[in-house]
Amino acid sequence: MSIAPPQGFRYIGKKRRTKEDPRFVTGRGRYVADIALPGMKHVALVTSPHAAARIKAIRTDKALALSGVQYVLTGAELCAGTEALLPGVDAPKVTRYPLAHGVVRYAGEWVAAVVADTRALAEDAAEKIEIDYEATEYVLDPEKAVEPGSPLVHPAHGSNVLYRRKFVWGPVEEDFARAEHKLGLRVRWGRSATVPIETFGIAAQWDPGQQLLDVWASIQMPKYPDQIARALRLPGNAVRVHFDVDVGGSYGVKRGIKHTVLVGYLAKKLGMPVRLIEDRLENMRGGDMHGPDRIFDLQLAFDSDGTIRSLKIRALDDVGAYAGRSPLQLGKPVGAIVGPYQIHSVEYEPISVMTNKTAQEAVRGFGQSPTNYALESGIDAVARHLGMDRIALRQKNFIRKDQFPYLIPSGTSYDSGDYHAVLDKALAAADYPALVAARDAARKAGRLAGIGISSCLEPSGGNSSFEPLFNPKNETTTWMDSCLVRVDLSGAITGVMNTSSSGQGHETLVATVLGEVLERDPDTIRVVHADSLNALPSNSPVGSRMAIMLGGAAAGAARKIKAALLAIAAHNLRKDVAELEYHEGSVSVKGEPRQTLGWAQLVEIAHRKFHQMPPGLEPGLQAKFVWEVPTGGGLPTADGRIQMYPCFSFEAHVVLVEIDPETGQPKLARYACGHDCGVMISPDIVHGMTFGGIAHGIGAALYEKFAYSDNGQLESQSFMDYLIPSALEVPALTIADHCTPSPHTTFGQKGSGEAGYLGAPAAIACAINDALAPLGASIAELPMTPLQIWTRMQLARAGN
Amino acid sequence: MMPLMKAAPFAYARPETLAEACSLLAEHGPDAKLIAGGQSLVPMMAMRLARPAWLIDIARLAELQHLAAPAEGKADGVFVVGAGVRQCVMERDPRARASLPLLAKALPWVGHVQTRNRGTIGGSIAHGDTSAEIALTACVLDAMLELCDTSGVTEIPAREFFLAPMVTAILPEQCLAEIRFPVWRSADKTIRRGCAFEEVSVRHGDFALVSACAQLELDPDGRCLRAELGLGGAAPTPLALPEVGAQLVGAKLDEQAISAAAAAAVALADPEGDLHASADYRRHLARVLVERVLRAAQQDARSTVGT
Amino acid sequence: MSDDRVYPVSIEVNGTLREAQVPARLTLVDFLRDTLRLTGTHAGCEHGICGACSVLLDGEPVRSCIMYAVQADGRKVTTIEGLAQPDGRPGALQDAFCEAHATQCGYCTPGMVIAAHALLETNPAPAEQEIREAIGGNLCRCTGYQQIVDAIKLAAGKNTGNAA
Ligand SMILES: Cc1cc2nc3c(=O)[nH]c(=O)nc-3n(C[C@@H](O)[C@H](O)[C@H](O)COP(=O)(O)OP(=O)(O)OC[C@H]3O[C@@H](n4cnc5c(N)ncnc54)[C@H](O)[C@@H]3O)c2cc1C
Ligand code: FES
Ligand code: FES
Repeated sequence: MSIAPPQGFRYIGKKRRTKEDPRFVTGRGRYVADIALPGMKHVALVTSPHAAARIKAIRTDKALALSGVQYVLTGAELCAGTEALLPGVDAPKVTRYPLAHGVVRYAGEWVAAVVADTRALAEDAAEKIEIDYEATEYVLDPEKAVEPGSPLVHPAHGSNVLYRRKFVWGPVEEDFARAEHKLGLRVRWGRSATVPIETFGIAAQWDPGQQLLDVWASIQMPKYPDQIARALRLPGNAVRVHFDVDVGGSYGVKRGIKHTVLVGYLAKKLGMPVRLIEDRLENMRGGDMHGPDRIFDLQLAFDSDGTIRSLKIRALDDVGAYAGRSPLQLGKPVGAIVGPYQIHSVEYEPISVMTNKTAQEAVRGFGQSPTNYALESGIDAVARHLGMDRIALRQKNFIRKDQFPYLIPSGTSYDSGDYHAVLDKALAAADYPALVAARDAARKAGRLAGIGISSCLEPSGGNSSFEPLFNPKNETTTWMDSCLVRVDLSGAITGVMNTSSSGQGHETLVATVLGEVLERDPDTIRVVHADSLNALPSNSPVGSRMAIMLGGAAAGAARKIKAALLAIAAHNLRKDVAELEYHEGSVSVKGEPRQTLGWAQLVEIAHRKFHQMPPGLEPGLQAKFVWEVPTGGGLPTADGRIQMYPCFSFEAHVVLVEIDPETGQPKLARYACGHDCGVMISPDIVHGMTFGGIAHGIGAALYEKFAYSDNGQLESQSFMDYLIPSALEVPALTIADHCTPSPHTTFGQKGSGEAGYLGAPAAIACAINDALAPLGASIAELPMTPLQIWTRMQLARAGN
Repeated sequence: MMPLMKAAPFAYARPETLAEACSLLAEHGPDAKLIAGGQSLVPMMAMRLARPAWLIDIARLAELQHLAAPAEGKADGVFVVGAGVRQCVMERDPRARASLPLLAKALPWVGHVQTRNRGTIGGSIAHGDTSAEIALTACVLDAMLELCDTSGVTEIPAREFFLAPMVTAILPEQCLAEIRFPVWRSADKTIRRGCAFEEVSVRHGDFALVSACAQLELDPDGRCLRAELGLGGAAPTPLALPEVGAQLVGAKLDEQAISAAAAAAVALADPEGDLHASADYRRHLARVLVERVLRAAQQDARSTVGT
Repeated sequence: MSDDRVYPVSIEVNGTLREAQVPARLTLVDFLRDTLRLTGTHAGCEHGICGACSVLLDGEPVRSCIMYAVQADGRKVTTIEGLAQPDGRPGALQDAFCEAHATQCGYCTPGMVIAAHALLETNPAPAEQEIREAIGGNLCRCTGYQQIVDAIKLAAGKNTGNAA
């Protein structure tokens, strides 16, 4: 595809209102919980109180005796009636069903589902279900779980290790041997997640006449309809997912396969519409949406001048008791394993391990943010070791803008970037000298203050190459998206997208792109979400891909419309297309503006005047465009090199933190982020997602953790204990934009759906450690809560 | 914990008078619960951690809505607050702010604007949370609580009311009717008075890990004439520390006196550890916060002249 | 366990008197959403923390998930729908939210608008810190709050005649 220059756009990159906002600000969004089907029944769940146990007996009679209770479903029936859900790696014995059968593997696992006339009645009945358990041994510590002899979460699998491989890319041992210095460090990323304010929900209805299951869900999941159909043993065309449901936030986690299989099964079995809207406690414990929980062991080899030669990373990730795509979250970072740095060789050992905890799901960045945090911690450790300035060290090792495309050791080629310029912009936006002065003044006054820096990549475009990389039996290389555009008889344009949205502003994206290509006002363009039976292929908005993939598809379809309009005009004006020019929907003969066919005339010909249509051209005005991820679609080499994602956005964070020297409470005093995602199609949307990503990163760095007690109970199950930052924890945020267009995309755009989140935790951790450095204290674990910070301060003070 | 978020069924009554409310309580005994603002009770009922068979709504009882400042000119008096007065009303009331500056400083720490619009002064006290700011203030100021039931009225000092986490001396058939906060004033215009409230929570608006407050009177030389202080979240109940206050009387509040007081306060603290704070951390915060409120209250006293 | 007895309630919602028979345990948010089908008010936690369910009760912002419908009997409730223009288009504050792109998924948005509305009613020209305090009990996972703060400043600027 050609690269359009970043300037010279009509609508792209302009401050424009979004299409979605008016319905949201007036309360007229349509979320899954807003959907009322006549006669709809409600599900409540009975969950395991044990981290691991055998289910001896389930007695449901008291529950069934309550009036208004329709049904109680247990694992025995559901497992017989559905296919197991499988993990994304090759582990066929690690099966999952929506309800436990025979054994439970974490506290909170669903054991029975009650269907009743109201949710309150269903909860009344859930309390009446009696279950006899025999508690069994469990394992919570991932490092213990990998050891032989530890209790097995899935005994049939023979081990708690779900995936493990050591990749070596380049002459690692030689580079280590040659380097003047080496150091090792361990950092830990705590179990947190995206925790959208809307929980997961699904409503389903079975039509026996049509043999069709209609599904409305709060969903962001590739291949969702196919997976439900497979599990429910239905043909793919017997499931219709309505993608016109507004999703109240997802950022990766709204996968809901088990919920949907459960509810779909019940709706079909009972012949009644059924819905399950998770309440917050279910969502936190049994919703299977915890994020990565990783221990990183890093080794770096470097020279006295700061040149980093080689890197070894071992990443042990605790995926909990079951796995969907979660082990693959160790795979995506392969495509940016050296970050923005020129590092010659890399060894990477991802280990995905199961424990008796809630299952992990995809979280914003798909494993990249933890890896970025580990890598940036390593860079800071090198700077400390050498006594070198952190910024200078980064600048020294950055890939230079003249080195793109840049092939990293793991086989991915970075498309473009100017890391030096973006870091400079971030430092300028933060007024770095003033920041240093503020920090030093605070220190002089006896307070603790620190500056954090991070420079991180956001791989975007989502080609999902981690699937074949981590599972040789999976040869998926197609990872397409598409768009359908129609111009109706009245001349109005409608874009059809093929997945649901969860706040990313896709309708605005499609309208802006269609408007740009067709030179029509985006405000007049409608964008709708097809249902899955009407939809063209889509892989849903994962992997920061929609600006690239849906934007590219919309442009491709619009260009076909434009080509059709030109062909109609050429035929009617009796000219060659080359002699014509297209302007705002009209076509004229170059240099003869009076010879023009206007939009309305062209549309009329297409729709009504077959006799004026050029031979061979389809009547009506519609076009579809389906395409594969640019650069995407290869299988990995034997040593595991692969092009993971096509485009690489970059962000540099600069943050000033103050820590109360007595209480350990951190406070973010100043925050600036330099950001380059190529050409921004809608700046407001890009900025919004970046602000949100930073706030989410602040949560992961300082506040949020799914904490478990020693007996395997989730302790932070409610919003009283799982602490999402509010407007009082998130400071005023400044973003400095930079634009390095991608050569691979339609307009030079890159992805930004994970922006902010990919660098914020690293920067904040860096700032906290800078603040603690004068005490000789440090922390290598997220979240850095006041208790954690104070504990480290105490230890350091006691040591002095 | 089962994932339940809809209350168990219950019957609801909204009596017109306090007497009626008390007879409903007498009739249903421990099966009944009063609901005032509902900001603590309703979440507990949603999770079915509380499951009263009867809910008796006292939020609109006119008899619980009074606010009465002490008559002008009297020396120390009491500020009477109906138990049903909402926290937001108290926060805005100019007489309350003038008479009970410590409570005025405590209230902004209680939840958020929205919870203060519903939550009541009495409900917060009756709920009995160890880190409730209003309960702590009542203890520190040595407020008197008036409880009523069908047989009449009993009084109990706030300092004797709290027994254990969420356990108070109130009987199932009793309703907290009013709180009488002693107001510190005197004819002697040279006396300076100050107060402070501080707390540490992980996020703003969360329940305090530890809170502390103090109210002082100083003579023109800065010598302490009277001091009351206390700690929230540092023991199973809100903790007034009159013995520590007494230790400060007669002293200049220099750093030495302040840190001795803080040490004495910590010696009386008995915190529990939880997810967000260990017992040690709470003890440490208690010391830090006592020092801070004593400094801040002294600063406050210096900047204001007695009324 | 007793059965769900129902109680009559009459509540003025967005200027219209609504009467219904409801079980005592029906929360105000469920009453608005399920009984009246006013689905603009959202439930995010149902235990009083997130603020998504905020509505105005007699003009003051409260959380409708920790209040039973029976407690609102005889009172006035304004929901997000009630802040729009009569034809359903955004009202002035809602329009400022659009202008600043203060919403993404829209799930927290009704609660945010309610909280902001209540702030501006009592404090037409709030400082940034006052804005953050007013929305401090409303969680948003999408926006990082920046554009929400900007929107409220913008609306306040229009209030006082100073463009922000
Ligand atoms: C998000 C959030 C944050 C909060 N943060 C804080 C905080 O930081 N600090 C804090 O202190 N509180 C906090 N709270 C709780 C506070 O808002 C409540 O208002 C208060 O604890 C209870 O007051 P209420 O009127 O709402 O009582 P209710 O919830 O109605 O009742 C609480 C208990 O007291 C009993 N009761 C109520 N009134 C009486 C009476 N007159 N006589 C006898 N018994 C009675 C009830 O039966 C019940 O057991 C928070 C609440 C929420 C939802
Ligand atoms: S839903 Fe009411 S505060 Fe969260
Ligand atoms: S806009 Fe999505 S939670 Fe606020």
